[in-house]
Amino acid sequence: MKITTLLASAAIALGLATSGFADGHEKTKVGFVYVGPIGDGGWTYEHNKGRLAVEEHFGDAVETVFVENVAEGPDSERVMTQMALDGADLIFTTSFGYMDPTINIAAKFPDVKFEHATGYKRADNVSTYSARFYEGRAIQGHIAGKMTKSNIIGYIASYPIPEVIRGINAAYIHAAKVNPDVEFKIIWAYTWFDPAKEADAARALIEQGADVVLQHTDSTAPQAAAQEAGDVVTFGQASDMGQYAPFPRVSSIIDDWAPYYIARTQAVMDGTWESTDTWDGIGAGMVAIGEITDAVPADVKEEALAMKAAIADGSYHPFTGPLKKQDGSDWLAEGEIADDGTLAGMNFYIEGLTGEIPQ
Amino acid sequence: MDLSVINPVLLLAALMSAATPILLAATGELVVERAGVLNLGVEGMMIVGAICGFAAAVESASPLVGFAAAAAGGAVLSLLFALLTQLTLANQVASGLALTLFGLGLSALLGQGYVGVKPPRMPDVDFGPLAEIPLLGPVLFSHDPILYIGILLVAAVWAVLKFTRAGLILRAVGENHDAAHALGYKVVRIRTLAIMFGGALAGLGGAYISLIRVPQWTEGMTAGVGWIALALVVFASWKPWRVLLGAYLFGGIAQLQLNLQGAGVAIPVEYLAMSPYIITIVVLVVLSADRTAAPGSLGRIFHASG
Amino acid sequence: MIRLEQRPEPSRVFAYLTPLMAVLATFLFGGVLFAVLGKDPVQSIVTIFWEPLFGEFAFFYRPQLLIKGAPLVLIAIGLSLGFKAGIWNIGAEGQYIIGALVGAGVGLAFYPAASVLIFPLMVVAGAFGGWVWAMIPGVLKVRFGTNEILVSLMLVYVAEQFLASMSLGLLKNPEGFGFPGSRNLQQYASAHNAEIIAGSGMHWGVVAALIAVIFAYVLLSRHRLGFAVRVTGEAPRAARFAGVNPNRLVLFCLGISGMLAGLAGLFEVAGPAGQVSIDFNVGYGFTAIIVAFLGRLHPIGIVLAGLLMALTYIGGDIAQSQLGLPAAAIQVFQGMLLFFLLALDLFTNYRLRLRRAEVA
Repeated sequence: MKITTLLASAAIALGLATSGFADGHEKTKVGFVYVGPIGDGGWTYEHNKGRLAVEEHFGDAVETVFVENVAEGPDSERVMTQMALDGADLIFTTSFGYMDPTINIAAKFPDVKFEHATGYKRADNVSTYSARFYEGRAIQGHIAGKMTKSNIIGYIASYPIPEVIRGINAAYIHAAKVNPDVEFKIIWAYTWFDPAKEADAARALIEQGADVVLQHTDSTAPQAAAQEAGDVVTFGQASDMGQYAPFPRVSSIIDDWAPYYIARTQAVMDGTWESTDTWDGIGAGMVAIGEITDAVPADVKEEALAMKAAIADGSYHPFTGPLKKQDGSDWLAEGEIADDGTLAGMNFYIEGLTGEIPQ
Repeated sequence: MDLSVINPVLLLAALMSAATPILLAATGELVVERAGVLNLGVEGMMIVGAICGFAAAVESASPLVGFAAAAAGGAVLSLLFALLTQLTLANQVASGLALTLFGLGLSALLGQGYVGVKPPRMPDVDFGPLAEIPLLGPVLFSHDPILYIGILLVAAVWAVLKFTRAGLILRAVGENHDAAHALGYKVVRIRTLAIMFGGALAGLGGAYISLIRVPQWTEGMTAGVGWIALALVVFASWKPWRVLLGAYLFGGIAQLQLNLQGAGVAIPVEYLAMSPYIITIVVLVVLSADRTAAPGSLGRIFHASG
Repeated sequence: MIRLEQRPEPSRVFAYLTPLMAVLATFLFGGVLFAVLGKDPVQSIVTIFWEPLFGEFAFFYRPQLLIKGAPLVLIAIGLSLGFKAGIWNIGAEGQYIIGALVGAGVGLAFYPAASVLIFPLMVVAGAFGGWVWAMIPGVLKVRFGTNEILVSLMLVYVAEQFLASMSLGLLKNPEGFGFPGSRNLQQYASAHNAEIIAGSGMHWGVVAALIAVIFAYVLLSRHRLGFAVRVTGEAPRAARFAGVNPNRLVLFCLGISGMLAGLAGLFEVAGPAGQVSIDFNVGYGFTAIIVAFLGRLHPIGIVLAGLLMALTYIGGDIAQSQLGLPAAAIQVFQGMLLFFLLALDLFTNYRLRLRRAEVA
């Protein structure tokens, strides 16, 4: 017998074995594949919190498993296969680089459901999910524009990819709206995680006059650098970073995967799971705004909360025209709202931002 | 683009702080290599120092206790390397790589309870009115004590290697271990002590990152600094003051890169990040005219067959 | 007093016995570690070592051993030739990256043309890329006498930056919505290093590794060049009298190891990995150094060592998901295994002798 047929028949056998779980006789098994260590305090840490929330929510009805530090490529394919063979009903793969591996493995296990974070390829048993972090960036931009005295806002960016560029644009639009004199200084760190480099970048920005530092990297190093400087405002990224509240950290964007993970697990248990493309924001609770501290003036806080409410109920979209691209060409007409396709692949700056996106 | 926003005084002060972890680790590795041993486990010893220092500082609420623990942690881990290479005569390259693997894992295990904890702050040394001097004040008199200790250690290593009998013996062991052995020196003992010194300094360097530069604990937070320290020793052609110079140059390139970006200069980040390594290779080639630069017995296994 | 005494001949018995002793010692100490972490030590070790080989799903894990082990063996074989001759290429990670970049670059340049010639051309390009990258320390050593350990190591970091630049720039998938990473070569049939028998794990990289093993074995035992390699490592002066040209040997050893590392990178990027991405390299080049030493620089030993390392990776991931062992514990466990294997090798070449303390 060919090994592929063997693998397929094993999968079918497992599919048959696990199809009985809906009636409560068997535990639902949920696997998580992590790209970093669960102790990274950022991206993977938050996904793992989502996993723990699933365990807590369902108690004995669900069993979760995870493997951390899984390299993108063949290692991730092996780990996914292993989870599927071990009887996982649902597998979350939590890094963009797992996109093709997820599609490959999903094709071999048609009865196992896969959920891939931040990608764009789907299949009958592969959903994608991502968060509209830019909604949080808009609120940050508003607070930053109001609070800066030097009119210089520093931005620590990771890699020049759409996700990061979208965040810069969203923050800039809303900072410039309340403070037309505002200037963004952007440093590309070329890393998601290198605490020492992030600290250096924050210090360089502060020394160049920035009194607000936004970050799209995951460590708390910039927070500590701001605290040292004394009068610099920061925002938590990925996790709340509450240990630096009430100042310098005045608010935060939190990745809150728990509601989504619980809902999708429930769907598998109920047999209602379908392949979808989820891009949720503040409204669905996937992006949470950490407590806005009293270091923010009361009226600014009120405006920020109002914007949060408007974004949540859908009455306001952070990318609403009129907006021009950096080169002065028109992008959105008055009142026009950006479509998700353009946002997903965003590779240009908004008018007013200086500098170039590195290529 | 506006280059005037870059303040050279602050840039200098920042690069001194940024360079201190590699300076400490490279000074330690320099002593190890001068004794004729190549320990590629610097990264592993640094990260173990980072967590030992962090944990001890948090538990005792004293950063100084933390640094002491970091030095001890690095030294203990380096003993493993000494055991492998000096006692059981294992290959140094492989042992060093294994040490890094082991150290990365061990530090992650030790640090499980310390993610998201804020360590006690190390105060800067108070130089009183000296810190107020324009230009010189911020550059020279506004740092934490470990930074000064790092510079003092460079001076000490230089003096010991150059002027003392102990330094002479250490160099003799590194140049030709068979001859040193024939003269009655305890090659294995001397090398073990050198390795432990290197471990202690790597540990200090790691703790400087977790307690002062960043300060926080996260897995893998040294992010490759140990490898730069290895490059630095070569760059410095095994001479202590050049380690200092090189550390500031490497640190300076990194700082300048960030500052230029902030000032709006479009620079190819990846290519600038390569530059320290390429410069090191160029230096190696230039140095090759002087064949005495590298310790003669570097990386070779010693066994007293007598 | 106990003293070490060099054996006149390496002990054959201990050459086979020490790896076993090392594995047993690792079981013991690793077991203690797992117990301290609150896991069943026996179950943990069984999961890591038994499960992938003989467990319920061994039919899946055994081919995975080939996929994980092949690049390690291919690189380690090349390195071992140099190591035997005292030529230290520790930059295989960089040569692996450049091989993958050049090979994938050639393949992508032809996209979407279809031809049976594309893949062979990529193989040649990959080998060439690795060779060039290894020639830098080689030529510098021959011409200027620079230390190849340091130059080859530095070039790893240069290569990593180059990889990041390529993933975000030149080789970026034009249809990838701006995300970093190249087109997936698995979806480009002419460039795909597919499994030769589906599901067997047998791709061209595995074949290349096998050929390299046989080639190295024959070279070392039968060929004049192999003699030159061995004699240079054991007695450099004697080698010179025997007419070995040290410069040519340096270029040969670095060239071969670079070529094999480049090939490993090419087969990986065109096969199991599929695409050039920022984090494409996962440390095979460094792990292969350890594999070469664990295998005692012997071709057959390297095959066994490569498979053993692959086993601990695969078993380690299983233990993570089935038993909840942290990844860090697996790393420490691997570190222990390496320490014991390296340390106990002592007994192959030396024996312990009880002696009275000598009067100094």
